[in-house]
Amino acid sequence: MIRHNLDVSTSFAQKLSVPLKARGIETLQLNVGSLCNLACKHCHVEAGPQRRERMTKKVMAQCLHIVQSHPISTIDITGGAPEMHADLPWLLQECAGLNRRLIVRTNAVILLERGYEYFIDLYARHNVEVIVSLPHLDAKTTDRQRGEGVFPRVIEALRRLNDRGYGQAESKRIVNLVHNPSGAYLPGSQAGLGNHYRQTLKEKHGVDFNQLFCITNMPIGRYLHYLHETDNYADYMNALIGAFNPLALEKAMCRTTLSVAWDGSLYDCDFNQMLGMTTNHGAPEHVSAFDFDKLSRREIVTGNHCYGCTAGAGSSCQGAVI
Amino acid sequence: MGDYYEQKDLADFANIGESSPELGKKYFDYYGEAMKPGALTEREKSLIALSVATTQKCCYCIDAYTNQCLSLGISQEEMMEAVHVGAAMVAGIVLAHSTQMRKIIKKKEM
Repeated sequence: MIRHNLDVSTSFAQKLSVPLKARGIETLQLNVGSLCNLACKHCHVEAGPQRRERMTKKVMAQCLHIVQSHPISTIDITGGAPEMHADLPWLLQECAGLNRRLIVRTNAVILLERGYEYFIDLYARHNVEVIVSLPHLDAKTTDRQRGEGVFPRVIEALRRLNDRGYGQAESKRIVNLVHNPSGAYLPGSQAGLGNHYRQTLKEKHGVDFNQLFCITNMPIGRYLHYLHETDNYADYMNALIGAFNPLALEKAMCRTTLSVAWDGSLYDCDFNQMLGMTTNHGAPEHVSAFDFDKLSRREIVTGNHCYGCTAGAGSSCQGAVI
Repeated sequence: MGDYYEQKDLADFANIGESSPELGKKYFDYYGEAMKPGALTEREKSLIALSVATTQKCCYCIDAYTNQCLSLGISQEEMMEAVHVGAAMVAGIVLAHSTQMRKIIKKKEM
């Protein structure tokens, strides 16, 4: 991965009156690899069928030991398509035994693929919280971003999840959706979009879900290439900078999250991971040297891409922060 | 057109009250109240605003409300329908004014 800093009028560092610091580790996010059955245009991981990075079982075991030994409340598994990692069933079983909040970020399409259908039952058995990407309610718009035919397959996967109790009233099985803009603009209000998603998905498709998370597209990876290719880069960065919100900075997810890459290296977030910007400022850079106290109060490594998490109502892996 | 209607001027809209701060504040307070969700949703209000923006040919408003509609997940088809409502209204208003023309013709012709 290439380190880079984006060309902007006012650097993110200039916006910080004091260094940004972590205030704990509530979530350990594991990126188990970049292999994916899709190649979405907005993917900051640049995941796809050709990618071969995958987390070793040794790193997974180190992560499990870390969670077991510390008050970390959430395990958040992402990729790529995590289901394409052969050790995911084992990892889920081990995680479930730790009795923490357990999340898997799925593209949902994989749940219909031959050889992967059993994951819905596996998720249900372990009460895994499932997070599904559904950028737009318009099938054509979603398919433009995620690939031909993706929208109806996501709807079908959501129906199957609903059949297992996911997204149903009085059920502990949670399925949350992710909306992100299908172009060079910022997401609207999470509450308004959430209501619109809920009403439309129920009326048109008979599908239920728990919460909608609105996530701002980060100007890195494939999305950054798109911004440059379409001459939208300057406008987009100006929109992010113009919408900078100190309250969103206060609640930025990096302050309570630690991201682990497939090779065990540590990052302040999944975005820094894709940019190759490991934890720094005296904090350990690898799971093998994990130090809860040092990492809990580490100084966050920032760059101009961080404007993506501090615009408007803010953006995190759990959606808006305000 | 020289420097008229530059896209970056939209960002200056927030400063329109600099010569009359009190009026500027009253305007923005009113604008904020009128635009926030009420009996109508944010989506409905944004589509009305987009329709008005196009009929009034305000390039700043078209820029702002096209982006706003995109952000709210409003589809291109929905936006275009709102524009057609505005176009149909404008066409109707023009044609309704032909009443004046027809009245004069009827009075003047033998």
